[in-house]
Formats: sequence, C-alpha cells, structure tokens
Amino acid sequence: MRGLRDMNTTAEFETNTSEGAPGKAETQDKGRGWNLRSLVGGSRTCDTTGMPVCLDGQFFIRINAVLAVVFLLIGGVAAILLALTRWEAVHLLPREWFYRMLTLHGLNMLIFWILFFEVAVLYFACTTLLNARLYSRKVAWVSLGMMLTGAVMVNTVIFQGKADVLLTSYLPLLAHPAFYLGIILVAVGTLVGVFNFFATLYMARKYKTYEGSVPLVTFGATAAAIIAVVTLLHGAIVMIPTFLYSMGWIGQPDPMWYRMIWWGLGHQSQQVNVAAMVAVWYMVATLTTGAKPLNETVCRGAFVLYILFINIASAHHLLVDPGVGATWKIWNTSYAMYLAVLASMIHGFTVPASVEVAMRNKGHRKGLFGWLTAAPWRNPAFSAVVLSVVIFGFIGGITGVTLGTQQINIIAHNTLRIPGHFHATVVGGTTLAFMGLTYYVVPLLFRKDYILRSVARVQPWIFAAGITLMSFGKSFAGSMGVARRTSTIGPAEEAYGAAVHVFLGMLGIGGVLAFIGLMLFVLLTVGTLLLGKSNVGRPMACWGKPADLEGADMRSRPEHEEHKTPGTVILVGVFLLAFAVYYFANWAALADVWHVR
Amino acid sequence: MSLEPPKKDWFQAPKGAERVWIGIALAWCFVMFLMMPYWHLFGKQNSTGEAYKVEPRAFQERVEAFVEANQVGELDGQPVVEPPPGGEAYLLARMWSWYPVLKLRQGETYRLHVSSLDLQHGMSLLPMNMNFQVLPGYDHVLTITPTSTGTFTIVCNEFCGVGHSMMVGKLIVE
Ligand code: HEM
Ligand SMILES: [Cu+2]
Ligand SMILES: [Cu+2]
Repeated sequence: MRGLRDMNTTAEFETNTSEGAPGKAETQDKGRGWNLRSLVGGSRTCDTTGMPVCLDGQFFIRINAVLAVVFLLIGGVAAILLALTRWEAVHLLPREWFYRMLTLHGLNMLIFWILFFEVAVLYFACTTLLNARLYSRKVAWVSLGMMLTGAVMVNTVIFQGKADVLLTSYLPLLAHPAFYLGIILVAVGTLVGVFNFFATLYMARKYKTYEGSVPLVTFGATAAAIIAVVTLLHGAIVMIPTFLYSMGWIGQPDPMWYRMIWWGLGHQSQQVNVAAMVAVWYMVATLTTGAKPLNETVCRGAFVLYILFINIASAHHLLVDPGVGATWKIWNTSYAMYLAVLASMIHGFTVPASVEVAMRNKGHRKGLFGWLTAAPWRNPAFSAVVLSVVIFGFIGGITGVTLGTQQINIIAHNTLRIPGHFHATVVGGTTLAFMGLTYYVVPLLFRKDYILRSVARVQPWIFAAGITLMSFGKSFAGSMGVARRTSTIGPAEEAYGAAVHVFLGMLGIGGVLAFIGLMLFVLLTVGTLLLGKSNVGRPMACWGKPADLEGADMRSRPEHEEHKTPGTVILVGVFLLAFAVYYFANWAALADVWHVR
Repeated sequence: MSLEPPKKDWFQAPKGAERVWIGIALAWCFVMFLMMPYWHLFGKQNSTGEAYKVEPRAFQERVEAFVEANQVGELDGQPVVEPPPGGEAYLLARMWSWYPVLKLRQGETYRLHVSSLDLQHGMSLLPMNMNFQVLPGYDHVLTITPTSTGTFTIVCNEFCGVGHSMMVGKLIVE
C-alpha cells in the first residue's frame, strides 16, 4: 500500500512503485514512460507527502491556478461594485455600469475562475493520485491557449460595452459576436483539457501505474469530468447557432429553445462544481485530519448518482415558463425524484463522519463533540472545508431544493432569493472549498510557504461570514419580492415594506465583508508566490494537525465502535429538521398567494 | 484514504448509522417529490405553462382590440381596462412598460394572456411576489384568481436592457 506520509512528521514512509507484474516485460517497459515513480526527469517526490508529482502536470496546474485567481480578482472587483449598488442606500453604479459589471462578474466568477481551477484539480487527480504522467503537454497547451484567448475576448467586449447581456445572454438580447465566440473557445478549451484528463486515466490504467481501483478523489473528479462533457456539449449546441445569428448568417433561434439548452449548460455546470467540490472535501479531510471514507462503495455510489440523475437539469429554471408542461417540470426539476439530492445528503453525512472516525481514532472521544472541538481549527484548509460543508448544506442545499420545487418557484423565480441561494452553493460552497485547497496547493506544488500565516487562518472565517450575511440579505429581500438583476428598486419602492432596506443593507455589508475575505485570499496567495519562503527539500510548514492523544492507538478502539459516529448523527438530524421546516414553511407561504394554474 | 486506491475489498454494503441515514434521506426525497403532484391535484397555485405560439405583432393587435372593447378609465397615461368577470384578459410587456392597467374583481377567475413585443421579461406581481416568465412569441396563459383587493405593482424581473428597473406597472383588484 502506498502510504500518504502523515503531514509534517518524519514518520517512516513506505514506497511502492507498483511495477507491473513480472513476465510482462514489454508492457512494463512502455509503462515506464507513464509510471511517475520510474520516470526519470519528468517527476519528483513530494517533500511533504512522499507522493510522486508529475512536472508537466505541476506546470499546468500552476498556470491554471494562477489564472483562476486572476479571474477571481476581476470578478471580485466587480462583486464589490454590485454589492454597493444593490445596497440601495449607497447605490454606487449608474445603471449601464451595473449591468456591465454584472455581466463581468457572472462570467469571470462562475465560468473562468471555476473552470480554470477545475482543470487544475483534474490534472492533479489524474497524475499524482494515479502515479501517472500527464498524457500530453501539447494538448494541455492547446486547452490553456483556447481558454485564455476566449476569456480575454469576452472580458474585452464586455468592457467595450458591446455585451451588456448578462451571463445568460437570453435571446433576443444580442451581444457582439466576439462574446459568443469567446465563450465557445473557453468551453471547447475546457473540453480539450478534460480530454487530457481522460487520456491520462486511460494510460494509467493501461500501463498499470496504480493497483486496483482509482482513489476516491480521482473517482469524484472523473464524475465531474463526465458531467462536464455533457454540459459543454450543451454549451456548443446553444452558443454556435447564437454566434451564427449574431453574425447575421442564420435566423433567430427560438427564445424558449435557447433557455432550455442554455440551462443545460448553465445548471449542469453547477453539478460539475458540486462534484469537484465534494472531491475537494474528501481530499482536504484526508490532508488535514487523515480521514478516510467509512465506506468507499457509498461515497462512489453517490458520485454515480450525480452522473446518472442530472437529466434535464435546466428544468428548475423553467418552472414558471410558458410552453413546458407541469409533468415535465415536476419530473425534471427533481432530477427524477431527487436522487442527485440524495447523493449530496449522503456526502453530507460521510464527510463529517469520516473526520469524526479519524479524530476518535486519534483518541478524541470525549462526549458527542469532543472530536469536533479538538479538530485542527487553526488550519485554514480545514476551517474552509468545514464552513463550505455547512454553508453548502444548510443554506445552499436547503434553499436550492426548496426554490426548485415546481410550485414554490412561483414565489421565488428571478427574485433576489435566487442569487441568495447560489452564493451559498457556488461561493460559500465551491469557492470556499477551492480556497481551502489552495492553502495546500501553493506549499505543495509551488513549493512556497504562506506568508502572514495568522491572517490566512482567519481568512476563511471572514469570507464565510460575509457570504452568509449577504446570502441572508438577498434571500430576505427576495422574499419581499425584490428582483434580481435590477440596478435599483426605486421606481417600485412603495410596493415593498420599509424592512426591505434592512435586508439590502445586510446584502451590502455582507458583500463588503466577503470582498475583504476574497481580497485577503488573493493577496495572501499572490504575495506568497512572490515573497513566500521556498520549502524545497523539506516538508511544508504545518498548518496545524490534530494531536494524537496518549494511548490513541487505532487498535484501542473496539472493533464494534469503529463505525459509531454519534456526533455526525446529531448534526445530520439537525440538518434534516432545518430542511423540513424551511421546506414546509415555503409551502405555507405559497398557499397564501392568489390562485393560479 | 481518499487519495489512494482503496483496499481490494472496498465493495461493501453500508452499515450502522450510515445505512439508516441513506434510508431516511431517500424517504425524504420521496416526500419532496410527491408533494409536487399532490399540490398539482389539490393545491391552488400551479404553473402549468399553458401557452400558444403567437407572432408579437398579432398579439399586440389582440391587446389593442381588448383595450378598445373594455377600457373603463385612465391612470398615469395608461388605459385602465376591466375585462368581463371570468373572461379573457391581456397584458403586454415591452421595453419598458406593462400595458394596459388591468382592473379585476376579487374571487373571479380570468384567463390572463401575457406576452412580450420584444425581449424576454419577467412578470412579478407585488407584494404577493408571484413571478412568471414572459417570452416574445409565446402567449402565456395564466388562469388566475385574485384573492385580495387593492392596487398591486407589476415589476419586470428579467433583464431587458438599461431601462429594465423602470419597467413598473399597476394592477387593480376590487
Ligand atoms: C465577494 C464575493 C461576492 C460578492 C460580494 C458577490 C455579489 C454579487 C451580487 C451583488 C450580485 C448581483 C445580484 C443581482 O442583483 O442579481 C451577484 C451576482 C452573481 N454572482 Fe456574485 N458575489 C460574490 C462572489 C461570487 C462568486 C465567487 C461567484 C461564482 C463562483 C459568483 C457568482 C455570481 C453569479 C453567477 C451572479 C449572477 C449573475 C447574473 O445574474 O447574470 N459570485 N454577486
Ligand atoms: Cu440551476
Ligand atoms: Cu426587464
């Protein structure tokens, strides 16, 4: 068994180069070129974990991660302007600039920051974790070149004011052709990167660079990659005709058709983000506490549910649309009876449970939550992932399922409740998890220790607090009917109660706080790349890990207790209760409005 | 460990609390799923998506005819139109206004046709916070029964260009 060296200890480390079986000399010879541990020159051994690192992979992970952070910064600057505009008492931007910045924000955050980071995660999951070399440098360059060119094109036309159409660019709104072309380039470039991932998987399997099944994190990344292919194909189907139309070469595509296919891209890509985020949860749980999945079958099965039941994921965006019937809406909004939601509820149990077991095995067994209080809270990767799980589950998940309920959507569609929901999923969930992972990516792959480490320790808390506050502000204001994507509520002021200003203020203050958290993250990370101390030749500086209590031998825990996770059971019980209360409260609210069918 | 290939015998049925949680979560998913058909049959608020293809210009003509036949007054330069109780009513969305001002009666059921002349719009009825998508080329029919009286506001909640936030209309129920 190839052992992951316990973080920052000098513990003995066993290697296993998993050379192919004897007798298959030829396979073995060719296989050498793919096996990282026997690859001369193209790989190194990590000084902290003892894992093999593919130098090509490392190179592209670095570039993709740096570019991701650049786009996060652009999106972040737009974000603060938006938050300060929706905070009606401040109302910063004139209306053209509000919509321009909203377009910029949506694309740089949801598409560029997330996709560039995800490609980096994919490259990591298929090389280091499989002990395999990255399939092709050339393909990686092509992917990167297309994605970057596309992103620069999109941002340029937005700043020129020729694409004030928002992220969704709903027809008949029309942007400059370069806007669509840029998006197509980003999508196809990402597909090329995903191809590199699958090709590496294939080579690793063929030349047996690892034994048995792929690690759970790679499995999760594969689920994300599979969904990404389906997603990006939707992107091509909808963007290519729209591009041709913008060039004047074909007639206008139908706006309803556009909505349906666009959301096949727009929502399905959120499922990519969820799968990638959950893979990062498992990865960080292992890195920070040594957690291992309780039951691999369950975790993997849950990822498979994501792949299988993301059928017509665009449905919950069309719940109050004309031309699509109720049966279609009900079946598809629930992804065939909520089996993908089931998958998230499973991960929401297994991730904390695996940490609980790991902590209890280290001897932290006091009461129900002794394991939790003794967890490495000073480790920013750990705190970021815990906060990500909590925000994603308790706010993002619960609101998402509820607002996506066919009839409840009537009292939510296109109000601020929607951004209130998804800033808890893709920001408080995915983005925060990615930030947490970065606290390991920089020391391990850029080989620099973080500067200002005590600031890094509080960064996830500030960001999480800001996003949570903003999310609540948006959700409450949205419940009072305030529309999303609207520069001002001024002209309809008297339709809302006065309390709406309290909630929009909450949105604004939360936005400022989140912006501070985001800027700290960017400054710390960029500062470390420029000024951080190199850790080449030694393990990375430890962020903090749970102590092994005296006598905490794994074996001292009775066998029958190994699967006991009483703390997690309480936590998921509270979650289910919160879910049910929120869900039925919304049905009650719906029952009060006018009758319609 | 999640970063390493699992043990050979990883394929195992879940045990203990994990197994129970999967069962409970699955049951909850069924409850949530069944709520939707249940409400469809017994609830009063549903979006059935009834709609007909229509040319924007043809829709505008029908709206004009409707206004002409049923106008009862004027409010802020917009005609106030009272459709026959239980009859057909029309609402036109365009950059950046709602046309006309409808006057409805509490407890009566109307077939309200909504469509757009130009871009996509969103019909958001305040303060109830009821929201429906409005698309050009689609005559979206809402079979609607006002259950409260007063003057209501309709705002647009789908982005439709720079004037979007100005797109505010009125609706009266007596
Ligand atoms: C500092 C952090 C952030 C702040 C303060 C912030 C704030 C906002 C605000 C105020 C809006 C406009 C809501 C409206 O009027 O409709 C918005 C929209 C949006 N945000 Fe963020 N945001 C942040 C981070 C992110 C991140 C990290 C992502 C994605 C990963 C993201 C994705 C989006 C999307 C997709 C929209 C909707 C764009 C549209 O309607 O076209 N945001 N955000
Ligand atoms: Cu969605
Ligand atoms: Cu509008």
